[in-house]
Amino acid sequence: MTTATAQLRASPLDALQRWLPKLVLAPSMFIVLVGFYGYILWTFVLSFTTSTFLPTYKWAGLAQYARLFDNDRWWVASKNLVLFGGLFIAISLVIGVVLAVLLDQRIRREGFIRTLYLYPMALSMIVTGTAWKWLLNPGMGLDKLLRDWGWEGFRLDWLIDPDRVVYCLVIAAVWQASGFIMAMFLAGLRGVDPSIIRAAQIDGASLPRIYWRVVLPSLRPVFFSSLMILSHIAIKSFDLVAAMTAGGPGYSSDLPAMFMYSFTFSRGQMGMGSASAILMLGAILAILVPYLYSELRSKRHA
Amino acid sequence: MHSPLEKALPSPSRIAIHAVLLLAVVLYLVPLVVMLLTSFKTPEDISTGNLLSWPAVITGIGWVKAWSTVSGYFWNSIMITVPAVLISTAIGALNGYVLSMWRFRGSQLFFGLLLFGCFLPFQTVLLPASFTLGKLGLASTTTGLVLVHVVYGLAFTTLFFRNFYVSIPDALVKAARLDGAGFFTIFRRIILPMSTPIIMVCLIWQFTQIWNDFLFGVVFSSGDSQPITVALNNLVNTSTGAKEYNVDMAAAMIAGLPTLLVYVVAGKYFVRGLTAGAVKG
Repeated sequence: MTTATAQLRASPLDALQRWLPKLVLAPSMFIVLVGFYGYILWTFVLSFTTSTFLPTYKWAGLAQYARLFDNDRWWVASKNLVLFGGLFIAISLVIGVVLAVLLDQRIRREGFIRTLYLYPMALSMIVTGTAWKWLLNPGMGLDKLLRDWGWEGFRLDWLIDPDRVVYCLVIAAVWQASGFIMAMFLAGLRGVDPSIIRAAQIDGASLPRIYWRVVLPSLRPVFFSSLMILSHIAIKSFDLVAAMTAGGPGYSSDLPAMFMYSFTFSRGQMGMGSASAILMLGAILAILVPYLYSELRSKRHA
Repeated sequence: MHSPLEKALPSPSRIAIHAVLLLAVVLYLVPLVVMLLTSFKTPEDISTGNLLSWPAVITGIGWVKAWSTVSGYFWNSIMITVPAVLISTAIGALNGYVLSMWRFRGSQLFFGLLLFGCFLPFQTVLLPASFTLGKLGLASTTTGLVLVHVVYGLAFTTLFFRNFYVSIPDALVKAARLDGAGFFTIFRRIILPMSTPIIMVCLIWQFTQIWNDFLFGVVFSSGDSQPITVALNNLVNTSTGAKEYNVDMAAAMIAGLPTLLVYVVAGKYFVRGLTAGAVKG
């Protein structure tokens, strides 16, 4: 259609008009091809080299990946990601869904309450991490507060406990992101046809049952979007670890994003750092590809 | 719009619902309250009291100290955020305009390639980007960070505008084109005036993203060019000397206030950006 109208009159000015859209898009195309895909390829190449402090292009085959898999810290980081990601996603979803369903019951001041649930999302993970590091401070934070309030035997020293420190990250991340999940599900609930609920009520179904059996299943797309976003946040989590634990004690709360940063930029292990970045990309793709596939398929069926 | 269930609920369950909602409000607010209380206490007060104890004396000393430590970095963040937000939004608007109303062979493919940028783990581009900044002489400068934020913000800004413009009827643009209006005339006279909501969404999204960024800040800047998030992290995680939690909390508040303010003033657009970016991206 575009070309048809433009070809009606083919003066030089019109020719320019025809090229303008392409010209306008050209810088972005360059940026995307070079800055996105070219750089990914570059990192991919680096992961097959012996690069340490400076990039060298001496072929190392899969040696960097082999070193990565031999590295205990990488395994800790990966296992932490599974634990952190799993808990973070599950708890955020549960809290988000529950709050959304409860807020959907014609609550007065709903807008105000919603605002209070969502404000952490506006904060930097560094601010969130700083706040929770203080709240979870053994001896001075909640630890002391609950003892002061009369719970004599209360102890909360997870932040310095290598076996429990990951839960601290989970708490802070859930605090930040669960309100967002609430907002997404609430928007979804508002799109549910009330007559479906009414019909089910006439059939004598109880309200919780209606939500569980009818309403929530119809929000599958919202569920998958949330899952997608939360896992994306989890895999990219770097700031939160940096601010709260810096990966410690030792490297017990390391995550792949943190691992990549410290090996690439502090320890001069550019090749291995690149290999870890490529594996992170692989993790994102492993989630993204099935998601996009099902999105496209459902669109075609719709 | 609302589910018509209010009457169906017996009142004990409504009380329970309100109780749960209220409890959640308290839990979401506690960290903010603790930060504020701590920031106005003296260090002695912090060690004798607890998280939620009222300050024995309300003092601004923590805020004064925090500001004198981080103010330079606060301005860095402004110098980085303002141009990066404006430039990436402007380019996103033009891109979205082309991708919705001036499609050409390959433009859809390009849009697909660009969308992947919304998911790109930045770890895969950090090294090449830092080599490039070095070559351009922009390593450890705020200008370099502006460039990086513009480049990696394009995916979202283009997505916002493209999805918004796709819903504008073609006829409008076609008619203008038949009247002889050109590419930029149509953009300026017809498209831009109706873009206010999506411009707001995009500005707020980009502002929040860039102000809150830590990864690019910590990798691409050093010393005097660091943004506030990096400075805050440095302040909180240095182990030299006695910890002054009042200063830490005041600094965290200073780093968080700009985005909180935007959220309070323009929350509607913030939420819309989150869900738009989320559902599609």
